[in-house]
Amino acid sequence: MRRDVVILVAEDDDGHFSLIQKNLQRSGIWNDMIRFVDGQETLDFLFMKDGGPKREHSHKYLLLLDIRMPKIDGIEVLERIKQDHELKKMPVIILTTTDDPREIERCHSLGCSVYIVKPVEYEGFIDAIRKVGLFLSVVEVPRIDGVA
Amino acid sequence: MQRDVEILIAEDDDGHFSLVEKNLQRAGICNKITRFADGQETLDFFSSSRSARKRAREAAYLLMLDIRMPRVDGVDVLKKLKEDPFWKKMPVIMLTTTDDPREIERCHELGCSVYIVKPVEYEAFVEAVRKVGLFLSVVEVPQLDETAKTAGKSR
Repeated sequence: MRRDVVILVAEDDDGHFSLIQKNLQRSGIWNDMIRFVDGQETLDFLFMKDGGPKREHSHKYLLLLDIRMPKIDGIEVLERIKQDHELKKMPVIILTTTDDPREIERCHSLGCSVYIVKPVEYEGFIDAIRKVGLFLSVVEVPRIDGVA
Repeated sequence: MQRDVEILIAEDDDGHFSLVEKNLQRAGICNKITRFADGQETLDFFSSSRSARKRAREAAYLLMLDIRMPRVDGVDVLKKLKEDPFWKKMPVIMLTTTDDPREIERCHELGCSVYIVKPVEYEAFVEAVRKVGLFLSVVEVPQLDETAKTAGKSR
């Protein structure tokens, strides 16, 4: 993954966010990161709502998305993203506490790239994030607005 | 990733397939691996309806898909799979030599899970496959059974 990819993290838990950021960096991922604390903020940014931060047309984005978030949950965020002809190209990695098989299936049905269950214990969580980081270092991310 | 997930690899190059298989295993992946040597073989597996659905009830699948393959290429395979209401939920990881941004964009548009360019030199290739293997050890792959299909429809 190139340095110019901006990693969006939709995560309402401060502790989890901190662990995610720190451990992605430890696995060599130093890309710019933007955090959203709930689904509404995430959508406002992606759909370029006036009055707040907005995505840039020419940028490349990858989204780490929690499901259980205030205001609008991750499932709805995923659904809206995948219904948009531009945004649907953005890789969305679900990173959440729930391991319910129906939720896993639903997210894949809606078009998530990958689904990861946050391990409950600290060591497992860190290890999983580091593996995500290593993996991100070899993936390709498209520009949302397409190749010029 | 659950132990019963079967990893399908569509790869026409024997050397590449061997490296991928070996290095996934070195990263701790001991799931069953099935190989297709070209795009037609890949599609045949998915379209043999009765047997495929029977197989699907007993396992979950993840597909690693090369693009440049004889007969039917990987982009066509991806397109057909993502048009199928049953198979579209299966994660598809593109693992291919081409780094053409238009191809990357097209595959994401069609719904690939992730796109990885095979590094040209050996060490980096091995390294990339190991990272994929480590990553696969933490992902969840959906079951593709008929009951799940019905549940999915009721949204």
